[in-house]
Amino acid sequence: MASASAKKIRPKYLSLPALLFEIRLPVPGWVSILHRISGALLFFPFVAWVLYLLDTSLASEQGFDYVRNRYFALPLVKLGVLVFIWAYCHHLCAGIRFLFLDLDIGGDLKTARLTSWIVIAAGLALTAVFGARLW
Amino acid sequence: MKRLVVGAHYGLRDWLAQRVTAAIMAVYTLILAAVLLKGSFTYGAWKDLFAQGWMRVATLLFAASLAWHAWVGVRDILMDYVKPDGLRFALQVLVLLMLASYLGWAVQILFR
Repeated sequence: MASASAKKIRPKYLSLPALLFEIRLPVPGWVSILHRISGALLFFPFVAWVLYLLDTSLASEQGFDYVRNRYFALPLVKLGVLVFIWAYCHHLCAGIRFLFLDLDIGGDLKTARLTSWIVIAAGLALTAVFGARLW
Repeated sequence: MKRLVVGAHYGLRDWLAQRVTAAIMAVYTLILAAVLLKGSFTYGAWKDLFAQGWMRVATLLFAASLAWHAWVGVRDILMDYVKPDGLRFALQVLVLLMLASYLGWAVQILFR
C-alpha cells in the first residue's frame, strides 16, 4: 500500500510564489540573506556612488555646496542615501554578529534569535538616526 | 610547480582576510562617525579632514580593505549563483576590474 507521502508530486520545482510565501526563513536566516543582499548593493552601485560624492564634495567649494544643498535635496537621492545607510549599518551589525559566532559566542538557538532581532533593529535604528540628518 | 588545488584549508586565507579587513573597516567607520558627529559640517572642515596625513592613510587602508573584502564576498556570491563556468569567470574578471578602478579613483581623490 502506497503511503500518502509517496503520492506527492516529485520533484517539486520552486515557483517564485513558493520561494516568497511558502518557505519561511527563520530570523537568523533573514539576517544572513540581508547581509548578502546589502553586501552586493554596497559593492555595486554604492561604492561608485560614494566615490563620486567624495570626489565632487572635496574637489571644490561649489562641488560641496552642490552635493549638500542641491543634490541631497532630490527625493530620489534621499531615498538612495537611506538605502545606502541601511545597507552599510545592517552589513556592519550583522558582520559583528558573525564575528562573535566565529568565536562560538551566541550560537545557541535562543541567543542566535535574540541577536538576530537586535541586528535587524539596530540596522533600522541607525538608519533612522543618520537618515534624520538628511532633513 | 606543485600546487594544492583541492583540500579542506585552501579557503582559510580568504576567510581570515575577510575578517581582518572587516575589523579594519569597522574601526575606521567608528572613527569617521565620531569625527563627523563632533565637527561642524562645512567645506573647510571637510577639506581639512581629508588633508591630514593620518586621515589619508586611514582612508587608503579602508579602501584597500574594502577592495579585498568585496572581492571575497562578491566571488562567493558568484560561485553560489552563477553556474556556467565561462559566465562566472567573465563576471569575476569584471568585478576585479571594477575594484581596481574603485581603488584607483580613491587614490586620485585622496592624493590630488
